[in-house]
Parts: sequence; C-alpha cells; structure tokens
Amino acid sequence: MSDTGPGRAPDVALVLVTHSATLARGCAEVAEQMAPDVRILAVGGNPDGGIGTDTEAVRAALVQVIAEGLGAVVLTDLGSAVMAAELAVELLAPEAAARVRVVDGPFVEGAVAAAVAAQIGAALDEVAEAARGLAAVARPPDGPANPTPDGPASSPPDGPAVHSAAVTLRNPLGLHARPAAVLARMVAGFDAEVRVNGVNAASMLELMKLGASGGRELTVTATGPAAEQAVGAVVAAISAGFGEA
Amino acid sequence: MTVVLDVDWAIAWVRLTAVEVAARRDELVELDRQIGDGDHGENLDRGFRAVVARLDALEEPPTTVGEVLRLVATTVMSTVGGAAGALYGTAYLSASRVTAVPVLDSSGTVGLLEAALDGVVRRGKARVGEKTMVDAWSPAVEAARRAAGRAGLRPAELLVVAAEAAEAGAVATDPLMATKGRASYLGERSRGHRDPGAVSSALIVRAAASAAGVG
Repeated sequence: MSDTGPGRAPDVALVLVTHSATLARGCAEVAEQMAPDVRILAVGGNPDGGIGTDTEAVRAALVQVIAEGLGAVVLTDLGSAVMAAELAVELLAPEAAARVRVVDGPFVEGAVAAAVAAQIGAALDEVAEAARGLAAVARPPDGPANPTPDGPASSPPDGPAVHSAAVTLRNPLGLHARPAAVLARMVAGFDAEVRVNGVNAASMLELMKLGASGGRELTVTATGPAAEQAVGAVVAAISAGFGEA
Repeated sequence: MTVVLDVDWAIAWVRLTAVEVAARRDELVELDRQIGDGDHGENLDRGFRAVVARLDALEEPPTTVGEVLRLVATTVMSTVGGAAGALYGTAYLSASRVTAVPVLDSSGTVGLLEAALDGVVRRGKARVGEKTMVDAWSPAVEAARRAAGRAGLRPAELLVVAAEAAEAGAVATDPLMATKGRASYLGERSRGHRDPGAVSSALIVRAAASAAGVG
C-alpha cells in the first residue's frame, strides 16, 4: 500500500510511446506540470529518429523504471505503438512484465489523468484505470474504505457528518485540466471523501466531465475526519480562481 | 537434393530472405504505397540488412535454430519499426521459443510455422480475411499441418507446401477489403490491391523452402 504522505515518491511511472519524439515529449511536459513527482519517460520515433516506433527503446525504458522499483503504465498513440509496447512487455522477465500495464486509452487525457493518479499515490492498476479514462480513480489506496453517499445532504441520520459549501467558479475557463488536477491532488491530501456537484473530487477526469465553466456555482461536500478542512481548502482554491482570474 | 533443417539451414534461410527482400524491395514499396504508407519494402530491407550484419559479426556460431530466429527477432524489432517490426519481431520471437533444437523434424517444422502465425495473430489481433499477414501465414500453417500427416514427406518438403499456400494466400488478398492496419483507413478502396504484409510473409516462407534446396 502506498503511503501518500509528503516526501513519498509515487510508486508508478508512466511510459509514453508515440510515433514522434516531439509528441511524446510534449505530452510528458503537460503531464509533468500536473504531477511533478511522477517519473514520466517519453519514447517517441523510430530507431533512426524518424516517425515510427522503437520496441527496443520501449523495452529499455521499462527495464529502467522497473530497476528503480516502480511499476509502469504505458500509454500509446496509434496502432503500431500499441504493438511495440506489447512486444516490449513480452520481452521482459515475467516478474518484470507483471509490473507493467499497457493501456489503450485517450493519449493526452489518459496520460494526464494517470499522472495525477500516480502523483496522489494510486497503485498500479488504479493508475492504469485512470489512463483508460474510465474511472474514478483516485482514492489513495489507504484512504477510507467506505464509499460516501452520492449526493449532498443524503447521509443517513446516524451516518458521518456532511460538511458542505457553495462556491462560484471565478476563473473564466472553469474546471479545465489544470485546475481539476490541482483539486484532485489537494483533495487526496485530506482524510476525507470530497465531492464536487456529486462527483468524486479526487478524480481529475470526473471533475473535468462536469464541464463547469466560469461563473457556475458548485457545491462542495465532504465526509470524514478532515471533512471541514477539506471543504475549506477546496472552496478557497476555487474562490481564488486557481490563480487564473 | 534437400537438406536437413538445421542451424546452417536457418542461417541460409535468413540470408536468403535478406537477398529476396532487397531484390523485391521496389515491388513491396509499390504495393504498400497503394494501400499503406509506402515504407514496407524500405523498412524490411533495412531490417534484414541489419540481421545479416549481426550474423556476420557473431563470434560463436548458434547451436540451435531458435538462436538464429531470436537474433532475427531482436534485430527486426529494433530496426524495422512500425507495425511490421512488431509483427515480424513477435513472429520470429514466438518461432524461436519452439525451435530450441539443432535440427527440426516434421512436427518441429510445423511447430515453427504455427508459432510464427500465433505471434502475428497475438500482436496484430487480425483474423483470416482481413487482408493482412495472417492471410499468408494461416494457409501456410494449414497446408503444412495437412502435409505432415502424409507419409514420406520430409521437413523440407513441408516448407514447399507451406510456401505455395502462403503465396496463394497473398494473391487471394487482392479482392479483400482491409479491416485492420493502415489499409483499413481506405475501406472499400483497399480492394483490388495485394496486401504487402501478406506478400512479404509469403516471401519469407518461400525463402525457408529455397534455403532447404527445394523451392
């Protein structure tokens, strides 16, 4: 289980495999901005540096991150990159291959979501789920085991206390990728289950799917020991416009 | 005059493949230009030149057929690039895993072809009839399997039967509509063109037979 406390490096690295070195590097830059502590390797282009993929370079990247004690989630851009990645995994020793997930998901969104999940301490399979763009990743693995009720103010009389607050989105672009990543990471730092308009605030993709633009009022709810502080921090960040407004 | 399918045969197969790929490079380029991105001939030629260079540089001769095929696999996957590099890399790698012997008997010969097909299918997830390499490898395997059941055929002769089936399979891709790989972007317009991957696959199987002195 991951310890998500401060100073603990993420356990899962990302390997981005694309037909172009520039594309891989650029995607890595975007993801790194949201998840500064996550190891992200960009493997793009064919062995001559042209457009294509390089199985050996992918294998070398995987060997490297596994040697560092990390698991690896591999994201790919087009068809043959998936093949190169799968073949690279097949070339690894079984115990190393067991620590790799090749994911077929949206490349940029998947990479960013996976990076954020890794940053907040998600385990290998959870990071892979985030990369697939499916899921609500992102409770840290050692977070509270009990799911919270879906909507605000729906907790049973004897259930955990729900803290709630309304806040208006100030920055014009609203909950786009960067603020969503900021919120998801912030929320993961509290011992609380936090929701924004009913979705899991620890999931960057769920937050983005709200499509909340500037001027919209959001309802922040939380349960758990640090619920009150979590709501306060989220409201403060949203009120401050994430430094954009 | 047929030879046994030993390490020397495997090396001859690989070298002959390189010669044939170079000789038919322009044909493969042209086929791929019609329904792909036009680099199949060039990429394969580069890859098999690299394979030959590595064979020439070996200090210790390989002791099993599988060692030769593994050298092809690792070289091709790092020099051919793209889908073809991954597909052929996987095919040779799969084949190398079932040929860790100095000489192939009949079942070993069929096993080599089956493993190559398995590799292509596993990596590309294509089935027969989708205008891919599978359309050459699959009939080759079936023909070799059937022939292995007939008395008196030697391993080398199984390769001839397989090569003929692979070539017929490649020709039979002409009217097919591609539903996998780059050519699938063309949809209906992919009909009337021969699949370059099926052609290069048939070339490889034919080279195996020729290297055994029978094709």
